[in-house]
Amino acid sequence: MTDDPIVWLTIFVLSVFVGIEVISKVSSTLHTPLMSGANAIHGVILLGAVIVTGTTDSTIAVAVGLVAIVLASVNMVGGFVVTDRMLQMFTRKRAPK
Amino acid sequence: MSRGTELTYLLCAVGFILALKGLSGPRTARVGNLVGAGAAVLAVAVPFLTLDLDHVPLMLAAIAIGSAGGVVGAQRVQMTQMPQMVALFNGVGGGAAALVALLELQHMDAATPWFDVTATVFTVVVGSVSFSGSVVTFAKLQELMTSRPVIFPGLPVLFGLGLLTTVVLAVACVRDPAVLDGVLLALLGLVLGVLLVLPVGGADVPIVISLLNAFTGLTVAAGGYVLANVTLLVAGTLVGASGTYLTLLMASAMGRSVANILFGALRGGSTLGAGEASDRPVRSAGPEDVAILLAYAQRVIIVPGYGLAVAQAQHTLRELVDLLSERGVTIDYAIHPVAGRMPGHMNVLLAEAQVPYEQLIEMEEINGEFKHTDVVLVVGANDVVNPAARTTPSAPIYGMPILDADQARQVVFMKRSMRPGFAGIENELLFDPRTTLLFGDAKETLGKLLGAVKAL
Repeated sequence: MTDDPIVWLTIFVLSVFVGIEVISKVSSTLHTPLMSGANAIHGVILLGAVIVTGTTDSTIAVAVGLVAIVLASVNMVGGFVVTDRMLQMFTRKRAPK
Repeated sequence: MSRGTELTYLLCAVGFILALKGLSGPRTARVGNLVGAGAAVLAVAVPFLTLDLDHVPLMLAAIAIGSAGGVVGAQRVQMTQMPQMVALFNGVGGGAAALVALLELQHMDAATPWFDVTATVFTVVVGSVSFSGSVVTFAKLQELMTSRPVIFPGLPVLFGLGLLTTVVLAVACVRDPAVLDGVLLALLGLVLGVLLVLPVGGADVPIVISLLNAFTGLTVAAGGYVLANVTLLVAGTLVGASGTYLTLLMASAMGRSVANILFGALRGGSTLGAGEASDRPVRSAGPEDVAILLAYAQRVIIVPGYGLAVAQAQHTLRELVDLLSERGVTIDYAIHPVAGRMPGHMNVLLAEAQVPYEQLIEMEEINGEFKHTDVVLVVGANDVVNPAARTTPSAPIYGMPILDADQARQVVFMKRSMRPGFAGIENELLFDPRTTLLFGDAKETLGKLLGAVKAL
């Protein structure tokens, strides 16, 4: 990639519009699962935690990095599982009755 | 970074966009979530496969521990406790982002471009705010502490001073990056997060969770910039933008502004009522009387609220509704957008009790129906049918769209006591001559009601 901040700023600004656009038609029924799913997505900070921890040497830094990895994993994995549990209930109700 | 790696990261970013798109439609939501999970797993796998990382076994162990904790929490949590679970997951995410930024800070010095340091400092502070703020929201919703606004005299001053100190220290840190400054900024962020959420009342806490969720998204985006990682940048920005938008949507569903939710309690003294039982006369009845009322009605609308879910009475309610439908009563559930503790929460709770989707009618659709309705049965709800939202400008819920239950011929409130709802204000509808109160625990009373209808 490039070191020019403008490129990154461009990606940022475009992503803001995409982020608003993709959820603009959500019904209030889905607000809770959507919030929970979005919450899980930012758990991908795990990727950042892995990169930082895997390229550092000092013991303290590794320890801090490992804590970050544990926390980020809770966020990412727990977030997707709990969202799926919620959404499962929305789909299941079509089958019986 | 090889082209392959870059393209994989791009693929993950697209995956997150599709995931959010999917999550916003009822039919595609589950697939969307799975796409998001797939993209996240792929993104995390990339550095393990492409970089020459140290401490791999330790990191894998940490991932295993965190994942196990997350899965256990996600599986065990009751659907009623969903808002605080989301808060907790969000908080640890914010904490992780702050720690990652602190680790980045140790590689920075006066020669590092100011933009990079600013993004890092931003992540440290806002990630910490998100962490401690989420912990407080968790404590409020889990009722580990009072869910009422906590205000003490010096709070606004303290918050202002904290904010000022943070800005000054942040500027100093950007000029001459030092890890110690970063640690201090993290601590300040923790304090600010607590001060930010303390004055927010229980009913508004979900909005704050949504806002903190957006905050965490932005910190992840900033972290992505610092690490020059497009997946993190896009994922974080998407969550930041959609989370902010979702927060505004939720606030408008409650007829409030976000600023009013955050700072309302500080500005106007306490916006909440006394929260005590009133001793004005009301009309109450027993389950047998209400059973007759319901069984011989033609049109009945159920207004479920959080009290229903707390009593775990969704299943009993569904049985009652099924029984009444069999007797020929036309019966539906009226779902207020903020019924429960989060927008859409009630839909999740009733779906769990296997209530058919077609019986859940949203507010705009059903409000015209109340005029032609014989009996409205309000189970564990209060604020969403409180006419004060239309009539009393001083009420904290003034302006919130409500279910027009007061237009029905008869209203039956099932309540545990005369205590006001989550917003802490009295409900005039309770004292209306057309209103009957049925006191007791929702599950127990619904059971009695069910028995009484069967006996008819």
